[in-house]
Amino acid sequence: MSSTAETIQPGTATRRESSWSLWLRQILAIMRLEVKKNFLGKRAVLIYLLALMPIGLLALIAIVKPADRDWIDFVQYPKLFSVIYNTLILRTVIFFGCAWIFMNLFRGEIVDRSLHYYFLSALRRDVLITGKYFSGLVTAVVLFTTVTVLSMFLTFFPHFFSASTRFFLDGAGLGQLFTYAGITILACIGYGAFFLVVGLFFRNPIIPALSLYGWEWINFLLPPLLKKVSVIHYLNSLVPVPLSEGPIAVAVEPTPAWISVPGLLIVTALVLLAASRRIRRMEIRYGGD
Amino acid sequence: MDIGAQTSLNRQLKRRATPASKRMNTDLESTIIFDNVSKFYGEILGVNRVNLVIPPGITSLVGPNGAGKTTLMNLMTGLLRPTRGGVTVVGIPTDQPEELFRRVGYCSQFDSFPRGLTGREFISSFLSVSGIPKKQAEDWTEMALERVDLLPAGDRKIGAYSKGMRQRVRLAQAIAHQPSVLILDEPLNGLDPMVRAETIALFRQLAAEGMHLIISSHILHEVDMMSDRVVLLNNGYVVAEGGIHGVRDEMDVEHPMQILIRCDHPSLLAARMFRTDEVVEARMHDDRHGLFVKTRNPDRFYLLLNEVVAQGEINVESVAPVDDDLSAVYEYLIGTQ
Repeated sequence: MSSTAETIQPGTATRRESSWSLWLRQILAIMRLEVKKNFLGKRAVLIYLLALMPIGLLALIAIVKPADRDWIDFVQYPKLFSVIYNTLILRTVIFFGCAWIFMNLFRGEIVDRSLHYYFLSALRRDVLITGKYFSGLVTAVVLFTTVTVLSMFLTFFPHFFSASTRFFLDGAGLGQLFTYAGITILACIGYGAFFLVVGLFFRNPIIPALSLYGWEWINFLLPPLLKKVSVIHYLNSLVPVPLSEGPIAVAVEPTPAWISVPGLLIVTALVLLAASRRIRRMEIRYGGD
Repeated sequence: MDIGAQTSLNRQLKRRATPASKRMNTDLESTIIFDNVSKFYGEILGVNRVNLVIPPGITSLVGPNGAGKTTLMNLMTGLLRPTRGGVTVVGIPTDQPEELFRRVGYCSQFDSFPRGLTGREFISSFLSVSGIPKKQAEDWTEMALERVDLLPAGDRKIGAYSKGMRQRVRLAQAIAHQPSVLILDEPLNGLDPMVRAETIALFRQLAAEGMHLIISSHILHEVDMMSDRVVLLNNGYVVAEGGIHGVRDEMDVEHPMQILIRCDHPSLLAARMFRTDEVVEARMHDDRHGLFVKTRNPDRFYLLLNEVVAQGEINVESVAPVDDDLSAVYEYLIGTQ
């Protein structure tokens, strides 16, 4: 051990400053660590595979055009993309992608036995929740917004290039693109908060994740009041090209955007608040986990 | 542990486990206080009714596996919450990490790290997480790496480090933010003898700089070498605490001090000594050039020995206590389990 190093003076680390600027710096430091891990860590492979699923499928369709009538008529394309977005991107890629990213923010560190380094830092635990949540959000938003945009382009452009160009530059295309991107961001916000809490509260988060998945899928069958206890109901209310939910669906008026967007954000904030309360009492006992 | 030993332990407990609240004459801001702390893992006992006031200097937690050493350390750092009682570290409750870890560093036993980081990134990242500005974090990282002799390996991935290097990088991370309290769970594990000696020297230097060091170890002679005081734990209870010799002195009634006297006439010395009440047992050394004597009052015994030597019949070569160390204390209080 070196004896030439400058003598450490105990207690000199204490330096008071504005809490907000300190918290912001801490959140950014957490995000630097976590975003890098989310994008480059071994666990990211699954996310990339999920993200490639719609892109690969649409790329395949771009090469081998289906003979189906819907794929011949350009007027059907906005509806076609709405189906692809709702079933493949929103309910599968974004749902499971957010589950993987956000549940691993804490559960992954418990499995790796490295969460204690955060708990041993001069850091409020609710600031840790915020930092981790935003790092997951950045990852999910960057990845899934890219998937949404690429998927839309891959749906429209390969088959009807000039019509698609007009649709995006002069028609409703660009507005729809931004709306789908916005829904993707809102989905990441809502699902992200839910899965972060699941990763904190449950040793085996698969069961609650699958329960939510089932709940979201049967949403069209639920009575109007229960429909509103879900994320998908508010997201579906925002889609630019509404889809029919089938003959047995319980019909309900879509929730206006001015309610669904702030509503989702408020519920997200409440869920994160619950996570903050939980983490303050959390103990590190990797053996027990 | 047999019933007799357990009874002995209970007696020790009653004698020494004075509630911390009654011993608050020490400065709250400079001590670590366990006030009637218990921790249960479900129905399993972690530690029970622990009352401790730990002053600055090097304090070692000693005890067999499962004695409660790591539980005490995790309670001190808020990684665990007490089932009963309260812990404050230099006046800060352990449920305020934002305050606590400006003053405290903890090198835990978990030999695991966030994935994909180099030693330098690991230390500077967590300094930044604590809110240390980037430039200062970089400077402190260099200082910490230098202190544990890891500067040349700073840019290598921790995944490629040896066990000893991983131990040292954790130590560097624990001291990097310049804490005034350093808690080290088995910090010498995995270190080769040279680095062990250097690490002990570093601990001494840190203690000399005014730092609190709480160290758990099961290597008794190393604890003996570096500790100012010890806390002996067994089955979740504090069995004894204090300076090693102080603890040993308190045990004189149940475990008389054993002293080896090297001399030319050990049987004559034994005869002389048995004329007094101070010697409870005397036994000849195997080589017949020494005498083991057990006494409950070593000070009085040494005076008597001086008188015997002054009479000129016996030439004494050396006098040394043989069980005035941590190993003996451990053996008497906890036994070899």
